[in-house]
Amino acid sequence: MRLELHRIFVNKLAFGDKTGVEDGTLTIDKKELLALISEDELLGKNLDVDVAMPGESVRIIPVKDVIEPRWKIEGKGQVFPGMISDVDPVGEGKTLVLSGAAVVTAGKIVRFQEGIIDMSGPGADYTPYSKTCNVVLLLEPANPDMDKHDYEAACRMAGLKTAAYLARCCADAAADRVDVFDHPNIREAMTSHAALPKVGYLYMLQTQGLLHDTYLYGVDVKKILPTVLSPLEVMDGAIVSGNCVSACDKNSSYVHQNNPVIADMLKRHGKDFNFVTCIVTNENVTLADKRRSSGFATKLAAMLGLDGIVITEEGFGNPDADLIMNCWKAERLGIKTALLTDEYAGQDGASQSLADSCVEGDACVTAGNANEVVVLPPMEKVLGVPNEANVIAGGWQGSLAADGAITVELQAITGATSELGYTKLGAYTI
Amino acid sequence: MAYRVVHYINQFYAGIGGEEKADVTPEIREGAVGPGMAFKTAFGANAEIVATVVCGDSYFASNMDKASAEIVEMVKKYKPDAFIAGPAFNAGRYGTACGGMCEAISKQLGIPVVSGMYPENPGVELYRKSAWILETPDSAVGMRKAVPAMVKLLLKLLKGEKLGTPAEEGYIERGVRVNKFYDKLAAERCVEMFVAKMKGEPFETEYKMPVFDRVDPQPAVKDMKNAVVALVTSGGICPKGNPDHIEASSASKYGEYDITGVMDLTADKYCTAHGGYDATYADRNADVVLPVDVLRDMEKEGVFKKLHNKFYTTVGNGTAVASAKRFGAEIADKLVADGVTAVILTST
Repeated sequence: MRLELHRIFVNKLAFGDKTGVEDGTLTIDKKELLALISEDELLGKNLDVDVAMPGESVRIIPVKDVIEPRWKIEGKGQVFPGMISDVDPVGEGKTLVLSGAAVVTAGKIVRFQEGIIDMSGPGADYTPYSKTCNVVLLLEPANPDMDKHDYEAACRMAGLKTAAYLARCCADAAADRVDVFDHPNIREAMTSHAALPKVGYLYMLQTQGLLHDTYLYGVDVKKILPTVLSPLEVMDGAIVSGNCVSACDKNSSYVHQNNPVIADMLKRHGKDFNFVTCIVTNENVTLADKRRSSGFATKLAAMLGLDGIVITEEGFGNPDADLIMNCWKAERLGIKTALLTDEYAGQDGASQSLADSCVEGDACVTAGNANEVVVLPPMEKVLGVPNEANVIAGGWQGSLAADGAITVELQAITGATSELGYTKLGAYTI
Repeated sequence: MAYRVVHYINQFYAGIGGEEKADVTPEIREGAVGPGMAFKTAFGANAEIVATVVCGDSYFASNMDKASAEIVEMVKKYKPDAFIAGPAFNAGRYGTACGGMCEAISKQLGIPVVSGMYPENPGVELYRKSAWILETPDSAVGMRKAVPAMVKLLLKLLKGEKLGTPAEEGYIERGVRVNKFYDKLAAERCVEMFVAKMKGEPFETEYKMPVFDRVDPQPAVKDMKNAVVALVTSGGICPKGNPDHIEASSASKYGEYDITGVMDLTADKYCTAHGGYDATYADRNADVVLPVDVLRDMEKEGVFKKLHNKFYTTVGNGTAVASAKRFGAEIADKLVADGVTAVILTST
């Protein structure tokens, strides 16, 4: 399997008559884009598109998802299969990427439950999406009393449609850089690199209901049994997010598309280990589901004869139980593990960071304590609904000060403690 | 200007006497006493010991609250910038007194506190979260090494310098997690650790798996017919509008709400404050998390005597174990005082 990512580097956004890219400037025909997302009858009349650039005094709140604009220019299928495209497999051919650009969906979704992106100041240090040129969709429901699941789906689709649309409009532009990824099938993988350990990536996806869901080829992941997936499929948007509660450690669609664990494992493939496959699994709420999925995922790893797996968690608390089950079940099958998680150690950092524990979890990397409190100074421009700061997960009544400053836990900042490891934050014990 | 430091020592180091004098009451003397002289030398021009508190170990152990309050008052008068206690090495009661005083001074005066102990001193386990405790050998033979190390640590704290890890600074791990930006992405750190583990090379986990208190389930209720049953939840059910603003995550409080005469939690009056699960269904019918309707039926049927007229609620989402522990203890006290004999805890 070979996938080429044809990257066009974007460092400027502008509104204009025709959507396209030239000399690093992505021009957006706002009218055409608004017409595209307005097709959905579930969205309201007052939709808007704005832009937010790195370094600007701009705050986006509340943020639902971040998506990288991509479009397949050659090969089978199309980006975001099963969502905005047909269900054919992806991961081969050529995909155009608007690197440096991102689509951000914002607007009130379900009371509390979304994140903050600051484009400058201390908040910008924590979120990876302060470094992207953001096309911000400001969304509202057609009817404020409509079913929240329907509205969440409409917002999700608007973001994916926009990301695909922007890249599609640039399909004729020449790439600034082409990255080529090869990934062998299982038979080839099994017969190559005999001296190296065979390893996999156990990719945990949060699946706990509204605003806690993830989709694989359009399928709600809470309804799957763990399955194998090529890392190249992930780059074509096979996994998309419906997930933004406690926004610090929810994997946006953007970070799935750019999964840094996959990137690093592909880089080390053939040198430090033989990277055979990804296994995707879910994090459902019932104990039976947790037992079934952890049993099945680790069984797949054992059937493939893997010597080790990297396991990434999504979320905290309840999913800690899934992480720990995956860990000890793999280890007791003789499969070594390294874990990537984040921490909820309390604002003072003195409580237990995880809600579950096992002795086998001896190799654990964390993306930081999400309970740490930060002060985000006022921004000149706010896109969205600032007083959501008082009710979002990580905020409290009084988080928003009269001058516009926001005092919140890191958990309110989109991607701040990414458990795919997309940031440099971590923690240590004093 | 030199920092003002108050030093705490026991009767033995003050030269009053050993075990037979361990019941002497607290007193404060101007300047340095006993091991304070070594501190004085180590401080040089940076700091001075303005006063020394002396207290008998037995007296402190038998009158902890009283002694600690008395000593805080004595110390306050000297307007210190910092407080040092001991080092206590492996002397258990002395270590406990040093730790207790460090905690009290830190809490009430908000100044840096440093002590020194052998890791197995019981004072370590009790107070390592509240004080910087330098690791010392188990006896006073280690005084010569302990004093300069304690001074170095204290001066760093006074100057507001960022402390390194326990291994770098020599203090006993407090078990407190602190964020920092590393040079590498967490993903790269994780794959790097994975490679080391696969190769059998040494690696250091970034987080040692936590240890939890195990709470044994209570025995079954024997006399259900006469039980007074209360409902307590971490599922965030509260009156509509969340009047006490319980946080959607990382709750700092719990709510107590009266359900006298309430037969059913209807959508117009109740909702959830919880941010960690799909709230749609609880908002529509809060009984799915806090089953008041079913318990009212059972109350009518005489399955138990009475449903308690108050329920307690908080949000378990991202809430620190320390906060949850405090909420639990307070709620339990209230329930016992109200004559409740059985509790149904619901989580989400």
